[in-house]
Amino acid sequence: MRDEHLILRIMMKVLFAPIILFALYVQFHGDYGPGGGFQAGVIFAVAFILHGLIHGVDATRIALPQKVLSIMMVVGLMFYAGTGVLTMLLGGNLLGYDVIDPESTHHAGQHYGILLVEFGVGLTVAATMITIFYHFAGREPEIRDEDW
Amino acid sequence: MTVSPEFSAGAVAAIELALLTLLFVVALQMLKSRHLFAVVMLSGIYSLLSAAFFVSLDAVDVAFTEAAVGAGVSTMLMLSAMLLTARREKPVTPGRAPVALIAVLIVGAALVYASIDMPAFGDANSPANAYVGQAYVERTPNEIAVPNIVTAVLASYRGFDTLGETMVIFTAGLAVMLLLGAGAPRGGREVKDVDDADNGKGGNT
Repeated sequence: MRDEHLILRIMMKVLFAPIILFALYVQFHGDYGPGGGFQAGVIFAVAFILHGLIHGVDATRIALPQKVLSIMMVVGLMFYAGTGVLTMLLGGNLLGYDVIDPESTHHAGQHYGILLVEFGVGLTVAATMITIFYHFAGREPEIRDEDW
Repeated sequence: MTVSPEFSAGAVAAIELALLTLLFVVALQMLKSRHLFAVVMLSGIYSLLSAAFFVSLDAVDVAFTEAAVGAGVSTMLMLSAMLLTARREKPVTPGRAPVALIAVLIVGAALVYASIDMPAFGDANSPANAYVGQAYVERTPNEIAVPNIVTAVLASYRGFDTLGETMVIFTAGLAVMLLLGAGAPRGGREVKDVDDADNGKGGNT
């Protein structure tokens, strides 16, 4: 398996960083263009799924262990819910972002709030997608050639 | 280069017709094929075609999601799920049950009948565009000041909904981890539940 699929492995190496970069662009540009946390999380996961397809799931598990993913899943959700609790502690409603920056004349609080919750969404979605991939793909070590 | 509005409208209509025809052909092929690998690939193509169709309906956010989730990740997950089961669908004897045929015909006729009453595409007075939708479009620039109204609705106006959606995804990941054995010492791997000689049944033993 090591020396096979040379072109695929090189292409994966070329594409990996741009895919992550695109995911970050979609993540933090969601209030200006199409996209947001859900799409960015999926694109982020796709980079690692591609890595798992070419190098095998075991190599990807070393690069990004399941333990980290489990923490990412919880932290993302807590980030979202925590933003809601933060706005309540600041005296507003749950997820009423205007209290984050009440003096702003152009609703900067809304921008901060949207960025924060979208970040939580992206983290949870990315970690969940990679987790599901690990658990499905990890059950059979390798795709045999006659299966195609 | 200037293009007359009639020409561009006609071109858009032609593209939409082509996309819908392709969707129909792909769906028929998915029904016909018994080879699961082909079906998974066709479902990816179906998602990609739907994404293209959503773009032509100006629903860019939905198209983006469909392309990333439908064509990308679900195809991948279906492929890895396919590895755990047989490669070919079991041939079913086409028992021409008249009840099923009648049910399909009645539901199909009802759907066609309902489509007559549907508002025209882009109709400003249709219920979807008139009440809440119009309020969001009018209020977003003053209340949220975010250019993408979809994001404003998703993350701010309906932030609580999206919190629930995130929880759904979290729960789905948790369920997969529990079902496929993340906490087990074997780490969800090396489960010999399918005998190589008999690739048919994927049940746990």
